[in-house]
Amino acid sequence: MIEIIAPGPLCTVQDLGRSGWAHLGVGSSGAADRSSHRLANRLVGNPVDCATLECTFGGLRVRFDEAVYVALAGADCPATTDPYHPVGHGQAVALAAGTELVLGAPRTGLRTYLAVRGGVDAPLIMGSRSTDLLNGLGHPPLVVGDRVGIGADPGTEMPVHHAPPRPSDDSPIALWPGPRHHWFTAAAHRALTGAAYDVLGTSNRIGTRLQGVALERSVVHELPSEGIIEGAVQVPNDGQPLIFLADHGVTGGYPVIAVVDPADIGRVAQARPGERLRFRWSR
Amino acid sequence: MPTSPFTWPAEARDIASATATRLLPCGPTSVMIEVDDTEQAAQLAAHLRSAGLVGMIDLVPAARTVLVTCSSAHALAEVATIAVGFVPDERPPMGGIVVEVPTVYDGDDLGSVAETTGMTVAGLIDLHSSTEYRAAFCGFVPGFAYLTGLPEILCLPRRQNPRPRVPGGSVAIGAAFTGVYPTTSPGGWHLLGRATVAMWDSSRPRPAFIEPGDTVRFVPVPGSGTR
Repeated sequence: MIEIIAPGPLCTVQDLGRSGWAHLGVGSSGAADRSSHRLANRLVGNPVDCATLECTFGGLRVRFDEAVYVALAGADCPATTDPYHPVGHGQAVALAAGTELVLGAPRTGLRTYLAVRGGVDAPLIMGSRSTDLLNGLGHPPLVVGDRVGIGADPGTEMPVHHAPPRPSDDSPIALWPGPRHHWFTAAAHRALTGAAYDVLGTSNRIGTRLQGVALERSVVHELPSEGIIEGAVQVPNDGQPLIFLADHGVTGGYPVIAVVDPADIGRVAQARPGERLRFRWSR
Repeated sequence: MPTSPFTWPAEARDIASATATRLLPCGPTSVMIEVDDTEQAAQLAAHLRSAGLVGMIDLVPAARTVLVTCSSAHALAEVATIAVGFVPDERPPMGGIVVEVPTVYDGDDLGSVAETTGMTVAGLIDLHSSTEYRAAFCGFVPGFAYLTGLPEILCLPRRQNPRPRVPGGSVAIGAAFTGVYPTTSPGGWHLLGRATVAMWDSSRPRPAFIEPGDTVRFVPVPGSGTR
């Protein structure tokens, strides 16, 4: 079992999500930065769809009842055990039974994934263990005193390598045209790929909210609600774009000017409030 | 400066120019298909669903569009081909099941809706419950199905002031739709009654009581017309 001693600002159970239910109004949810979630799993020899703990801005403190292998990936935060011992990022680490693991605030990035060999065992709801904060599905956000199980050992070989730190990447985020890109002026298209946008503190697992040059519409009539995908760059009436992340609603009533390339969604999910994002058209 | 925004599969691009069904780009693995109205969107969704394409992950019908997400560009091109060859029928098979919703007609807006439409409460209940509806799409919250086929006389604008709290299970009408609120939430539709079955239960194999494509009837149960 894993006992939550302190959850930090937000800690949820996440896997690769529950796709295939959007027609009933349920989005996929799942890890906001899937590539980091996959990496954490791979480092402890788990299948990539095992559930991990997604920690937003560190602050997590957990105690393991049993001896475990764990790995941290995503936002790089200082990690130690209690009694004190530094824990590396991006590598499998063996912890003795009774050990406490303590995460500080990340130096860069926003979301850290803690994988445990065997996977985090929360109830499977509609094919996934993910916490969907929009629809209230899955295990609620972890609170002090929660105890979550650990799944069976996958029986795989433990990898001997560790993942080298990812080089910092501040290149522009790749965009594809969205279904309503033609509802915007040429100036809006220029601004989207020419200006920088600040990430706002109101961002969450539903979406990353941005502030910058307002994106002006050339078609101003109302849009009947239509389907939304992860990575959709939606522009409400104030012209300030927001990028939908894992817990987005399945439909929306504002035009989508562009869609973030799936390979870059993890980078958007890791952007901290106050950071600036730039965009380019995908080729 | 942006390069040409149309960089999605060439097959789909070629077809798109030659048809009235609008294919709108939506990233490398999704396509938005725009049609003329809700009925056509529901039909197209049923048509695509029945094609049973391997590689089709999610299919989201909405008011005037169907959003399809695939696992590959190849599957996406197949979807595009089917979509542009689609011809709306007048009364097509929708592929769903027939769902009966037991309903106690005792909603807070029965009286005002009857008054606005010039009907008696009994006549209003009779009209709403004798009509066969079709689930066009879900949205708003999990399991909220937008049902089409509402008689024109019942197509009223939403309430001037949405209620901050509509009880879960409320059977309501709004604009051209009727539906059942699965959970307690804010809402601007007119409340006619309450369903006695849960619209949503994520532990059921079929979590939503009503799925897109289903045919829906409301069956009055005792308590109707009284409060």
